[in-house]
Amino acid sequence: MSDIKNILQKHILVLDGAMGTMLQQYNFSEEDFRGERFKDYPSSLKGNNDLLSLTQPEAIATIHAKYFEAGADIVETNTFSGTTIAMADYDMEDLVYELNYESAKIAKKVAEEFTKQNPDKPRFVAGSIGPTNKTASLSPDVNRPEYRAITFDELRVAYKQQVEALIDGGVDLLLVETIFDTLNAKAALFAIEEVKEDRDIDIPIMVSGTITDASGRTLSGQTVEAFLASVSHIPLLSVGFNCALGAEQLKPYLQRLSNETEFYTSAHPNAGLPNAFGEYEESPKQMQAYIEEYLQDDLINIIGGCCGTSPAHIKAIAAVAKKYAPRKLQTQA
Amino acid sequence: MTLSGLEPLVVTPESNFINVGERTNVTGSRKFLRLIKEEKYEEALSVARDQVEGGAQIIDVNMDEGMLDGKYAMVKFLNLIASEPDISRVPLMIDSSKWEIIEAGLQVAQGKCVVNSISLKEGEAEFIRQAKLVKRYGAAVIVMAFDENGQADTYERRIEICERSYKILVDIVHFAPQDIIFDPNIFPVATGMDEHRLNALDFFRATKWIRENLPYANVSGGVSNVSFSFRGNNTVREAINAAFLYHAIQNGMNMGIVNPTMLEVYDEIDKDLLKHVEDVLFDRSDDATERLLDFAETVKGNVKEDVTKVLEWRSNPLQERITHALVKGIDAFIIEDVEQARQEVTRPIEVIEGHLMIGMSVVGDLFGSGKMFLPQVVKSARVMKKAVAYLQPFIEAEKDGKQEFAGKILMATVKGDVHDIGKNIVSVVLGCNNYEIIDLGVMVPPEKIVETAIKENVDIIGLSGLITPSLDEMVYVSKSLEKKNITIPIIIGGATTSRAHTSVKIAPNYSNTVVHINDASRAVTVVGELLNRNNKIYKEQIREEYDKFREQFLSRTRKKEFLTIEDARKNKFAIDWKTSQITKPKQLGIQDFQDFDITKLEDFIDWSPFFRSWDLHGKYPDILTDEVVGEQATELFKDAQELLQRVFQEKLLKAKAVFGLFPANTVNDDDIEVVLSPRAQSRGLSNEDTLNFLTLRQQSKKAVGKPNLSISDFIAPKESGIQDYMGAFCVSTGFGTAELAKQFEDAHDDYNSIMIKALADRLAEAYAEYLHKEVRTKYWSYAADEKLSNQDLIKESYKGIRPAPGYPACPDHLEKRTIWELLDVDNRIGVALTESLAMWPAASVSGYYFANPEAKYFGLGKIKEDQLADYAKRRAIGLEEAEKWLSPNLAD
Repeated sequence: MSDIKNILQKHILVLDGAMGTMLQQYNFSEEDFRGERFKDYPSSLKGNNDLLSLTQPEAIATIHAKYFEAGADIVETNTFSGTTIAMADYDMEDLVYELNYESAKIAKKVAEEFTKQNPDKPRFVAGSIGPTNKTASLSPDVNRPEYRAITFDELRVAYKQQVEALIDGGVDLLLVETIFDTLNAKAALFAIEEVKEDRDIDIPIMVSGTITDASGRTLSGQTVEAFLASVSHIPLLSVGFNCALGAEQLKPYLQRLSNETEFYTSAHPNAGLPNAFGEYEESPKQMQAYIEEYLQDDLINIIGGCCGTSPAHIKAIAAVAKKYAPRKLQTQA
Repeated sequence: MTLSGLEPLVVTPESNFINVGERTNVTGSRKFLRLIKEEKYEEALSVARDQVEGGAQIIDVNMDEGMLDGKYAMVKFLNLIASEPDISRVPLMIDSSKWEIIEAGLQVAQGKCVVNSISLKEGEAEFIRQAKLVKRYGAAVIVMAFDENGQADTYERRIEICERSYKILVDIVHFAPQDIIFDPNIFPVATGMDEHRLNALDFFRATKWIRENLPYANVSGGVSNVSFSFRGNNTVREAINAAFLYHAIQNGMNMGIVNPTMLEVYDEIDKDLLKHVEDVLFDRSDDATERLLDFAETVKGNVKEDVTKVLEWRSNPLQERITHALVKGIDAFIIEDVEQARQEVTRPIEVIEGHLMIGMSVVGDLFGSGKMFLPQVVKSARVMKKAVAYLQPFIEAEKDGKQEFAGKILMATVKGDVHDIGKNIVSVVLGCNNYEIIDLGVMVPPEKIVETAIKENVDIIGLSGLITPSLDEMVYVSKSLEKKNITIPIIIGGATTSRAHTSVKIAPNYSNTVVHINDASRAVTVVGELLNRNNKIYKEQIREEYDKFREQFLSRTRKKEFLTIEDARKNKFAIDWKTSQITKPKQLGIQDFQDFDITKLEDFIDWSPFFRSWDLHGKYPDILTDEVVGEQATELFKDAQELLQRVFQEKLLKAKAVFGLFPANTVNDDDIEVVLSPRAQSRGLSNEDTLNFLTLRQQSKKAVGKPNLSISDFIAPKESGIQDYMGAFCVSTGFGTAELAKQFEDAHDDYNSIMIKALADRLAEAYAEYLHKEVRTKYWSYAADEKLSNQDLIKESYKGIRPAPGYPACPDHLEKRTIWELLDVDNRIGVALTESLAMWPAASVSGYYFANPEAKYFGLGKIKEDQLADYAKRRAIGLEEAEKWLSPNLAD
């Protein structure tokens, strides 16, 4: 594997787009989700997208390939919910290792094929580490503000298992993303540091937070700068934002982030804001125009798409990213 | 060094001294210890809040006390702080001598904290282990000048230990040097013991050395300790603290734990006292301590009074206090305020429906506009809950002690979705309002909702969801309920839900009422209305409102199919010209009125839009007696009448009008060719003897039998051989408005300045109405025997239409230029067109007259590129310019 840090000095790297949006087009039924292996599984499995790495691996590989074809340098594994915490919704805690391991394998295989075809453009796999569905610094019960549905240690243990499986499956990077509670992310970073120490390895880490609304803060209430301060104790490859907002709405926060951080920056915004029916409508051309503004303002090193984006969006983004030099790192005291 | 709570704290070499709050420390505050021991966490939180409000940039939390379960207390208190945004905005300093308590604290803090403290006391191995973990948790660290041999109490020991610690941290642990904070030990001075004489001076020197020799490291300390021997003499203590702090900062101490109430301002210290104090701090003479002790006797008893902090907002009126408490999430006074409110109303429930809901709606507004964020809203809900809990017994007493709920409400986050914060807020708010809540939690399958609804016989079903697939799930749930013939009203809420989605996708599938609620504060009103015994009207209203909304929405957003402009023209509105009634105007040509008697317009005023312009919604005259806005509307109407009469009597406004009636025929489908009067031609305004009005045609695909309209369809085509007619007009009552408005403004009377503009607008509309009537009955006289009341006119019951350029039927503003050219508006009555084709004075109306009985108002809707190109060609302008003027009407 060529060193991604060297490449980042020369080029803006393109991340893939939405997995969920692409999977929706397959219209998989409950039976499709189950496949042969889980046909008698006691709980409903429809909607468990991560499971498709086991039951519909060709679809997952095809989507990865489409994004590489569109010009992505990095694809994310299909493991957004691959922790015991998130899988508890489907009573599938025991499958977590296998899900992550297989998802990593699928993505890595596709990446290697593409790298082989064109060695000048090496392709990478980022292990996607989602936020889980519980928050460590917010109480789900308004009457018991001191209560927490999940502890740091529970998160740390769950994330550690996911990280180990992803690394075993061959991912090149780890991407802690869609962070709406920074404490969850800190637990993930803690777990990654443990694995790095246990195995005496180094692996690049991308961190991507989520600004949830017009307040300009994470769901857990942190400003851009406070979020950055909370995750910068680990030597990261990049820090950035994804999801919740479209490229246009995300820009001011990206600007602030870019001013403050010594790390590379990343963004994978949604295809605009969802309309009343939850559909994302921003066209590749529109999104490309907003992304071009990022590039003109020198904000970005890694750029891709989140909810509602497709290979067409990534193609448009890749086309424009090619035209610009990457953001230069700044070193501060 | 950068720390963070919800907000960042950046410490740079240029930063001022960082002040750490010390009151939330059980070892330093007896009051705080008592509160924690007695589990009075709410009051303990207010101690923290006071500190932050008082300017503490970091708060130190310490739970080290023999009788306390320190780990439990630390976690609980920090978790509580996390839900108090005005406290948790600052970084935390997690203070304990026990590592396990520190680690427990680090595990519940999302921000970048400071650990207080670690040291070499237990040897290098433990020091390295702890330092590594601190780094992994992402915190900065205070390192005590302490090693295996004990605490450093001389200059040499201090720098020796700090240097050794620094090297281990930076070289072995790879700790970021800017995240290291040394505490070189502040010891009491003036103890009378010789070995303590250098305590202050050595601290200053060590501080200076650290800052000069250990790059990026910070220095901190607990200041109050220095004056420990003067306990009981606050004047002297405060002077010592202030002087010590001043010099410590001069030497490079950049943060510290300081009790601001125990600190005099350095410049305010009595000069004699200061000299004595500084002599001690710098050990200037052998008898410095004795002299200070003697001097201290003279200032003893001069104890500063503990001025109780007066909270300014407490002196505001009751409603403002309650709103403030809700917005800020302060529950300290809510009981007394609610009690006062309770005594002012007849029934305790009115406090909830009135005072508290007014406050909550402010919260809702602030949240909606991004000025409050979720944790704050949750806090507001808690204050609300507390207030309601207090009122509950009174409400029940009213009911003869019978616990009776106002209704039973099922709440569920739908299948596939785990987000329940919003649902919980709504549940709390409804629970507060005496509804029984059956909360099914998250990821609730539709079967369970149906089953519970039947079994529990609930009155309302609340569905919530945040992610977009939940929208479909809600549709599915409503269909499932419908299948079971369930007729329970549904309320819909959650971040991605919308009135549009509810009205378009859910309501049509459900026979009973479905209401979308966008914030928790509105939930109470809606549920109240739904459960009202006479809810029929409300339900019908909702249904009607949603039906209408849906229609509008669909017509706006449906992925429309369009016809080519040729096909649209083929589907024009076909009037049978052979039988159609065409009246030749009695007077052709142009006329103007230079000084019209505006008192004649009074009866023609349509007042409803006037109220709308003041944000009062309702129809005139019903609005004057409206339950909610009636009083305000009546008052406003009275003021309007007063000013209107003044305008009439003093002739403050001048009204002018010009109109013309012309022979006209449609040519090339969409153009109307108007034959100019000989006079216009003679003025040389146009080289031609005709002018063309260009119209636009509806292009969206219509249902069978429905035409694609253009206003040109209301004029007979030239090829029919039938001579038709049309008119154009411009009226203005705006002459004098600007001057009057300015007079009012100069007199700081904004109210009347707005009022005169609003009135002038109404008069202009009234004049247009009046003139149209005159045209219909006199000048054109196609409806000579018309007898219509003012109401009929407002309802547009007259024959023929007078569409205005820029409005739905003919949105092309450029047509105004044609009208101006045709009628010579500028010269005749002095109404001008601005660059963007607005009329000046503003209170002006211009438009066309169509007399055909079949002419009607309509909206153009969206048009396609082919019509745009065709239009640009007809208008003889570039495509880009055409696009600019018509952009709101262009289909994507």
